[in-house]
Amino acid sequence: MSRLTTVRAAVTAVALLAGIVLMYFAPHADRIGYIKGAQLGTYFIAILGLNIVTGYTGQISLGHGAFMAIGGYTTAILVSEHGVRDLWTIPIAALVAGLAGFIVGVPALRLSGLYLALATFGLALAMPAILSWDKLDAVTKSGHEIQLFNSPHLIGKGFEDVHFLGRTLPFNHAVYYLTWGIALVLLVVAWLILRGAPGRAFRAVRDSELAATSSGVHVATYKTLAFAISAAYAGIAGSLFVIALAFADPQSFPATLSLTLLVGAAVAGLGSLWGVLAGAAFVQFLPDFAVHISKAQGVPDTVYGAALILIVLLLPTGVAGGLRRALSPLTTRLYTRSQS
Amino acid sequence: MPLLELENVEARYGAVQALHGVSLSVGEGEVVAVLGGNGAGKTTMLRAVSGLVSTSGQVRFAGERITGASPERVARAGVAHVPEGRGLFNELSVYDNLRLGAYLQRDGFDEGYERVQAHFPWLERRRDQQAGTLSGGEQQMLAVARALMGRPRLLLLDEPSLGLAPLVVREIFGILDDLNEKEGLAVLVVEQNAKLALRSSSRAYVLEVGRVALEGPSAELAENESVRKAYLGY
Amino acid sequence: MTEFLQQVVAGLASGSIYALLALGIVIIYRSTGIVNFAQGEMATFTTFIAWTLVDHGLGYWAAFPLTLLIAFAGGIALERTIVRRVEGGPVITAVILTIGLFILLGGLSNWIWKAEVRSFPPDRPFPTSAWDLGGVAISKQDAGILAITVVLVVALWALFQLTKLGLALRASALNPTASRLVGIRVGWMLALGWGLAAALGAVAGLFTAAASPPLDPNMMRPVLIYALAAAVLGGLESPVGAIIGGLAIGVLLNLVVTYDTHIHLDLDRMRIPIAFLMILIVLLVRPSGLLGRSVVRRV
Repeated sequence: MSRLTTVRAAVTAVALLAGIVLMYFAPHADRIGYIKGAQLGTYFIAILGLNIVTGYTGQISLGHGAFMAIGGYTTAILVSEHGVRDLWTIPIAALVAGLAGFIVGVPALRLSGLYLALATFGLALAMPAILSWDKLDAVTKSGHEIQLFNSPHLIGKGFEDVHFLGRTLPFNHAVYYLTWGIALVLLVVAWLILRGAPGRAFRAVRDSELAATSSGVHVATYKTLAFAISAAYAGIAGSLFVIALAFADPQSFPATLSLTLLVGAAVAGLGSLWGVLAGAAFVQFLPDFAVHISKAQGVPDTVYGAALILIVLLLPTGVAGGLRRALSPLTTRLYTRSQS
Repeated sequence: MPLLELENVEARYGAVQALHGVSLSVGEGEVVAVLGGNGAGKTTMLRAVSGLVSTSGQVRFAGERITGASPERVARAGVAHVPEGRGLFNELSVYDNLRLGAYLQRDGFDEGYERVQAHFPWLERRRDQQAGTLSGGEQQMLAVARALMGRPRLLLLDEPSLGLAPLVVREIFGILDDLNEKEGLAVLVVEQNAKLALRSSSRAYVLEVGRVALEGPSAELAENESVRKAYLGY
Repeated sequence: MTEFLQQVVAGLASGSIYALLALGIVIIYRSTGIVNFAQGEMATFTTFIAWTLVDHGLGYWAAFPLTLLIAFAGGIALERTIVRRVEGGPVITAVILTIGLFILLGGLSNWIWKAEVRSFPPDRPFPTSAWDLGGVAISKQDAGILAITVVLVVALWALFQLTKLGLALRASALNPTASRLVGIRVGWMLALGWGLAAALGAVAGLFTAAASPPLDPNMMRPVLIYALAAAVLGGLESPVGAIIGGLAIGVLLNLVVTYDTHIHLDLDRMRIPIAFLMILIVLLVRPSGLLGRSVVRRV
């Protein structure tokens, strides 16, 4: 791996770490700020996952919100109905969602490009109805809220303080660090996967399935793998989301969630990891800023839509591409300096 | 003033440059042939004239600058291009293809149709047949007929003999001869079949690797040593 | 039996709305190879414009054609400014663009008009009474919807098959390069396709507002899914398929929901998942749809 990439990786990692640690010292970070920070983390993870399947493997998924819902509901049900400690539900949610991703990935093999977009779009729009379906009452409580508040199995039951390693943390701090801890681990995992053989295979599939097959890459395997991994990521995100909010209902996973994730991935820059934080921040904080323009309801969506269109037209590589271009003089200088 | 003039034309496909400064001309009522092997840039040169590829340099038609003009505009100026692959609407009928050929004509469709029928009498019989189901030779003839419906002043032909039986090819070139003599239609024909091309044209160019390697009266080129060795096989 | 016919007729009426939207989707797909995910939101937006016109005093039946014109112009403008940049490019950029439009227009509708409860048309120009045909009651509104749909479809057919412009439109979709070589301004033909699709969407939106009040910003979301299912079912390249698909889905969904009272699957709220399932199954089993051409992938 070139020195240049190492430098870039190091810079991003440091920046990320700094951002997170800064939160600890921020004097005005109150209860809500930490929870918002945790939600930012969940978007981060979900968008990371989406980027793997859409950006790196070229499989358009307009339905990733469904995997978040699956992960989130897994956690909710396990905690409320079966008394599983919430932390342990996270890997379970990952598995369940990953399995769902695999199941989706199999028929997805026969659908490419447009058809896949159509099918996943349908999935996204169908999900809220499925979650509210009476016949799934046993599983989803047919659309009624699943409350986790005061559950003894939640790390901060009823938003109490959490005891960890002998120290006491307020609930929202704990959730924040939990989310970002996992996010960082997942980022490293993604980075390792993507720069290794699977990553090369993913990119080969994206660039030309025909060429990939002729080069011995088993396209079917890698397509389903990409779906499974990205779904697992989304599942973890959904799970953490539910833990932070301490409840789950269909409204938390609306049809538009999948599209919001797409916006985040596009802003981040499909096919690159460096912009994911920017993408997540964009979708997370935009509604808050939009309120300054107008308190009306459609404003965030208007901006999301406009952003998506502008990105497609002007900045197809998203923030990652823009950053790369802006920072290239700096990183190249560091590179040449480290050489001499 | 020549009808078509190319001056130092360069053309590229993305990063790959296909023409490196080609200059040629076609006079009113002239038949000019362009020879060359695969990849010489012959097709690109025609596309440069009709606006299908990004060009720099000077392309002039009837004195007017058409470099970089859109294909629609070039067609409107009186240039008809029968491209590689014939450019037919395979799902549409023979009749509809001809109607489309006359798209730019306000009226006079019937006249044009009659003229075309004089050269290709079988068209009337097949008018409702889907263009894609015609034989190779018939498709080529339909493509030429379609081009003629637009009453062009200049006909650009890209490898009309490709994939066709010799008899059919001779028929086509015979019709071109006819059109040129009787109606003064100027033709710029790109051909790999050098013998036929040189016989049907008054002047010819030889393109190699995107440049004009030889030019001159066809009769002379047919006797030219290197042309004979490379393209005529003897 | 009359109950069955009743539901079929009602299904045909709602199916006409899906068919109109699906027809717009097919026209755009045939000419530009793009699936316009924003087709429904475009319809909503133009319907709100119609509401604004009526709110300012214009009669409903004057606003109707005016709205179609506005939609037509809007569709052309969209193609000429934004869509043309992604034509011929990778599929994903076109998908993201139309999704962006979907989000943008939805947001704009919400922002400008807010989700107040409105009934449109306000004073019911469609009479509420019904005709009785041998025991089957057909509401005048449904009949009106069906009739206007038939008229529109016939008009479009005439345009495409009988006029020179229609021939040029078809040619541009079949072979853009050859079209340019005969002098057709292909860019404007594609824009025209978008204009027509937008106008069709406007009609679908107006009908939806009339048939299922109130007029609200999210009203076309389900319709979009049904229309996509219809277009896929009929074959994305087939206008006839879109119409048949739309009517079929309208009838099917209606019957399923009616007879659900017997099987108690609570399918009334599951209509969107049913449509999704239909899309999935068709795409897996026969992607070219009922009437589309099978595309063989040549390796």
